[in-house]
Amino acid sequence: MKNHVLRPLFVVLGMVALILIARMFIVPRDFGIGDRGYMYGWHRRGNEEDWKKFKVKYMGKEYCKDCHTDKYDSINKTPHHIIPCEDCHGPAGTPEGIVHYDEKLPKLPIDKSRAQCLRCHFPLPYPTSFRSKIRGIDPDKHNPDIECSTCHNPHNPMEGLR
Amino acid sequence: MISRRKFLKNAALGIAGMSIPLAALEIIDPKKLFAEVAADKAAVRWAFLVDTYKCVGCGMCVKACKLENEIPYDANVTRTWVERYVLTKTGKLYADTPKGARDGFTTAKIDENADGIKDISKEGIEKAFFVPKLCNQCDNPPCVQVCPVGATYQAPDGVVLVDRTWCIGCGYCIMGCPYGVRFFHPVYHTAEKCNFCYHRITKGLKTACVQACPFGARQIGNIKDPNDPVTITMRTQRVGVLKSEYGTKPQVYYIGLDEEVR
Repeated sequence: MKNHVLRPLFVVLGMVALILIARMFIVPRDFGIGDRGYMYGWHRRGNEEDWKKFKVKYMGKEYCKDCHTDKYDSINKTPHHIIPCEDCHGPAGTPEGIVHYDEKLPKLPIDKSRAQCLRCHFPLPYPTSFRSKIRGIDPDKHNPDIECSTCHNPHNPMEGLR
Repeated sequence: MISRRKFLKNAALGIAGMSIPLAALEIIDPKKLFAEVAADKAAVRWAFLVDTYKCVGCGMCVKACKLENEIPYDANVTRTWVERYVLTKTGKLYADTPKGARDGFTTAKIDENADGIKDISKEGIEKAFFVPKLCNQCDNPPCVQVCPVGATYQAPDGVVLVDRTWCIGCGYCIMGCPYGVRFFHPVYHTAEKCNFCYHRITKGLKTACVQACPFGARQIGNIKDPNDPVTITMRTQRVGVLKSEYGTKPQVYYIGLDEEVR
C-alpha cells in the first residue's frame, strides 16, 4: 500500500500509545472498581482513608466530664441535661487538630446570646411537634436587650432567678 | 439446491440456538461465587433515622455540622438542614428553612422567599412540624452514576463520598441528586455533600448532628446489626423514606413523615 495511506494510521497508533503511557502515570495505582462494582464503586481507594483522617471537633459531653465535674453534675440534675456542652460552648476541637485542654487553644467562646436560648424557647405552638411542649417567652416583651443568663442560670434553669 | 425438509430443520435449529441467552452458557466459577457471598457479608451498612415528632427546629445539628465539617459558616450552603412545614386549616402549605435553620426558628413568620414573609396565626394552623434533611446515602445513588471521572463513589459501608482531589467540578451530581443535598464547596470548588461524618462513624463516634441534637430526633445506626437501636426501631415502627418513587433506595428513614414533605 502507498505510504501516504499508511502514514495517518501510524500517527493515530502513536497517539493511542502516548495516551496509554500517560495514563499509566496519571491514574493513581489504587484507582479501580471497589466492592460496589463499576457503576457505584469506581474510585481511588485511598480517598476512603483521606476522609477517615478528617479532624474531629465535637468531642461530646463525656469529654468535658473529668475537668468540669461540678458543671457536668449540676446540669445533669436539670431539664437542660439533654443539651450537650458544646451546643453553647462551641466545639472543643479545631480544624488544626488542637483540642480544648491543650494550652495553645484559648478559652472556648460561650454563646450567651438571646438567639441561642430562643432556638428552643421562642414559643411555636405547632401540633405534632415537641416544640409546642417547650415553655417559651415573647422576646419583644420579656426583658428585651438583656442576656437571658443575667437572671436565669442555664446550667440550672429551675433554681429560680439569680 | 436446499430441500424443504433441510431448510425447515436448519431454521428451527437456528431460532432455538438464538433464543439461548448468553448467561446460560457462562460457567460459574466457584471462587467467584464464594467471593460474592463474602462481599455481601460486609458487617456495616450505615443508615439514619429521623423522628419528626421529636424535632423542635433548634438547628443545633446544622450549626454542629457546619463547624465539624468545615463548611464556611456564613455561606448559604449546608450539608444538613431543617425544614419547617405549616399546613393551615384552609389547606395552604407553607414551608421555609432560613439559612438552612443554622440559627433555628426564632420567629413564627415564614419566609416564603419571592412570595414574601407570611405570618400565620396560631388559630389558623392545622398541623406544623420540622423535618431535618441530609444525604440519604442511597443504595442506588444517581449522583454516583453520573460522575464522569469516578470522583464520587459508594464506600463498602454504603456511604457516598466525594474525592476532592479527583472531582473536576462539572456539577452533574448536583443536578442528578433528586434530594438536592449536593452543592459546591465555596473553598475547594468541588462537589460537597453529607457523608454521615465519615471520620466520626468509622471511629465509633456518632455524627456531629446526632451528638448535638438535645432531643434525640436524629439517630445513626448499622442496619446490618439486628440489635442496633436504629434497626430495632425500623423493624418495629412505621417509617418512611423520601421520594421512594425514584427507585434510589434512600437510607434515611423518617418517623412521622407527611405526604406534604418532599
